[in-house]
Amino acid sequence: MMLGRVQVPQSVKRGEAFEVRVIVQHPMETGFRRDLQGQAIPVNIVDKLACTYGGREVFRAELGTGIAANPYIAFYVVARESGPIEIAWSDDRGQEGRASALVDVA
Amino acid sequence: MNRRRFIAASASGLAAAALPARAQRFQPPQDVAPLIEQITGGVAPTTGGITVKLPQLAENGNSVPLQLAVASPMTVEDHVEALYVIAPRNPRPLVATFHLSPDAGRAEIATRVRLAGTQKVVAIARLSGNRFLVNETEVLVTSAACLDESM
Repeated sequence: MMLGRVQVPQSVKRGEAFEVRVIVQHPMETGFRRDLQGQAIPVNIVDKLACTYGGREVFRAELGTGIAANPYIAFYVVARESGPIEIAWSDDRGQEGRASALVDVA
Repeated sequence: MNRRRFIAASASGLAAAALPARAQRFQPPQDVAPLIEQITGGVAPTTGGITVKLPQLAENGNSVPLQLAVASPMTVEDHVEALYVIAPRNPRPLVATFHLSPDAGRAEIATRVRLAGTQKVVAIARLSGNRFLVNETEVLVTSAACLDESM
């Protein structure tokens, strides 16, 4: 289980776009680095990240080696109903992670 | 070859030879035109309409804040479908792809990128109706990412 965090505003108005901020704890190994023995460290990148809200996917990202370690992504979503904002991601090793936050739509 | 050309050519050759090995390790910017064409499918993108916000100077290329914004109404008929970030000097130039939908409300993304040296970061937006926007921003990177000091 990988660690991650989602931040949303505490309450938003219906129909308004609000910012969702996601941060995942991950080294984002590029595959270009070597360890102390001179062995290449294999690539390990969070390559897929998706956000579901209100029963449908509202945002999806495909990340590459050019994204900094502990990837941070902020994007906007239109408030439709109160409920969880769920983020799911997976890395090159097949490890998966999830995080969610509740949004209260006034 | 006339005299003037000869002097210019030998001077540039000298300059390349004089560069320390360390500096030569930095990759020159790659030609990203084929990559852009692959994204757009041959459609000529319109320059502008998308803002690429980066600091003018990044001391460390390992984590550079990047903001993308497209002034789009984000309706079902007219919205941004995807945003692409390209760093031509990175070993793998395609940094990330973000897929948006009318559910986003605003076509704005913020993230942090790695940059292997001073370069012009290119962003492409794919709009509904197979239209494309492109823009670029130059960023000065003092210490590049992706390159291992021990190599």
